[in-house]
Amino acid sequence: MTALTALTIAEARERLAKGDFSAQELAEAHIAAMEAARALNAMITETPERALTMAAESDARRKAGETGAMEGIPLAVKDLFCTEGVLTTAGSHILDGFHPPYESTVSAKLWRAGAVMLGKANMDEFAMGSSNMTSYYGGVENPWRRRGDNRPLVPGGSSGGSAAVVAARAAPGAIGTDTGGSIRQPASFCGIVGMKPSYGRCSRWGIVAFASSLDQAGPLARSVRDAAIMLGAMAGHDPRDSTSVPRAVPDYEAALTGDIRGLRIGIPKEYVIDGMPAEIEALWRRGAGWLEAAGAQCVEVSLPHTKYALPAYYVIGPAEASSNLARYDGVRYGLREEGKTLTEMYENTRAAGFGAEVKRRVLIGTYVLSAGYYDAYYLKAQKVRALIARDFAEAFEKVDAMLTPTAPNDAFPMGERLDDPIKMYLNDVFTVPANLTGLPGISVPAGLSENGLPLGLQILGKAFDEETVLRVAEVLERAAGFRALPPFVAGKA
Amino acid sequence: MALDRPTVAHIAYLARIKLSEDELDHLAQELSHIITWVEQLGEVDTADVAPMTSAVELSLPWRRDEVTDGGYADKITANAPAAERGFYTVPKVVE
Repeated sequence: MTALTALTIAEARERLAKGDFSAQELAEAHIAAMEAARALNAMITETPERALTMAAESDARRKAGETGAMEGIPLAVKDLFCTEGVLTTAGSHILDGFHPPYESTVSAKLWRAGAVMLGKANMDEFAMGSSNMTSYYGGVENPWRRRGDNRPLVPGGSSGGSAAVVAARAAPGAIGTDTGGSIRQPASFCGIVGMKPSYGRCSRWGIVAFASSLDQAGPLARSVRDAAIMLGAMAGHDPRDSTSVPRAVPDYEAALTGDIRGLRIGIPKEYVIDGMPAEIEALWRRGAGWLEAAGAQCVEVSLPHTKYALPAYYVIGPAEASSNLARYDGVRYGLREEGKTLTEMYENTRAAGFGAEVKRRVLIGTYVLSAGYYDAYYLKAQKVRALIARDFAEAFEKVDAMLTPTAPNDAFPMGERLDDPIKMYLNDVFTVPANLTGLPGISVPAGLSENGLPLGLQILGKAFDEETVLRVAEVLERAAGFRALPPFVAGKA
Repeated sequence: MALDRPTVAHIAYLARIKLSEDELDHLAQELSHIITWVEQLGEVDTADVAPMTSAVELSLPWRRDEVTDGGYADKITANAPAAERGFYTVPKVVE
């Protein structure tokens, strides 16, 4: 069993093609691994029967000579993607019992490419969080532990279940969403690869909306190549999402040439922040050295408005969330708490259905959009957002990609940092700018901290230049040679 | 700026979230802390800067104004906590 669950997507694809094993055998191995990993609480809903049916269909297609790019590959799906007939919760009590009558575009494209659904992964409630601790279904345990310390750690968030299940070898890949770092930060915490494509690259249709101008779907996997394979199947224009871009999808795998000679890599000087551990700065420098050794040239760039990205994000994100989450009113789906009047029913439903972090953000959003405060907060944040985008546009006139740390720290114990929302928000300091600007970014595992925990480095690129981002990321991955396994690997215990 | 209890109660009403007295106290403090933190945006000179409303420069696509979907109210209302004959039902609003 461990043999099949240890494979990357690219390896499984090759061996499925050779006929070494069937999609059904691969699905069975992962279903068993998912069960063995239940202690992590990484999945909200397991769909073993659907996985076996889809795998059998995949085997039949292969026999008929029709194979897609993801043929027979099992995947976990963040519970933010609507999946037809399968419980979709967004990690919230307020969506109790919601069985979407439709399938999200991104998941539908993966199934059309031959992928097999293992189930729905745990996540921070409505994707609001950086630890997975805000989930109504409970926190997720990171398969990693600090050296000599057995306290359970968070997997990061909000795509914490997706990252944990991939790191624990219970799924070779998973899909997540990234509004402020929700794919890249958990990928860094769990020692895997996670990519947020350019805004508009993947359709948002059928993804439970958090902040519509920031949300983007992307892959979590155990290699850059696997992320490229998945992205190729996920990306593309969708007439049902007016912000999805009508551009052809390049062959992302072909972009992995291993050749970055002559590329200019920006090192943003403002990303050296107060209180960042020396080991993260050292890893960052090591990463720059690896890219230079491969023939790239690292140059310092300046992004002067960096320090304002987080506060701008915590105005814009909540503002959009307060508007998007207005739909949860106890009328059309999910939870209803009765009241004497219609308004009371709304108020009771939302009081019972939303957790503390969601309430906090909806209230902040309502405040910054309310009469008298709109200009001072919301409009101001949108203007600062424009300046942040200008910083990046100017820097990208001089460089082809940028290298930064993914997060200012490694994974922390479950339950820590919950008392201070701003401290939690600081996890996203290096990832939020890519959401504000719509630029693509990827986190690649690059080393272990002194605690023995994974640390990621981030590559940022120009809009719709995922190819360069992936090419540089693969060179970084190769140089880093990250081979460490978490203490918890499904089925090995 | 500090948000006082009446302000929090007002925005909670606008957001249609019922809060207990304890929650009001707690949130007034917590939200004030966050709002004060985001007020550092005031340091940035944004005169002559146009607000950014979208991460992609894309004009919204047009299409013919015609019905392209629908006709399955039962499927749509299947998830409703209370529905009757293809309609959502709510507490009585008119006497």
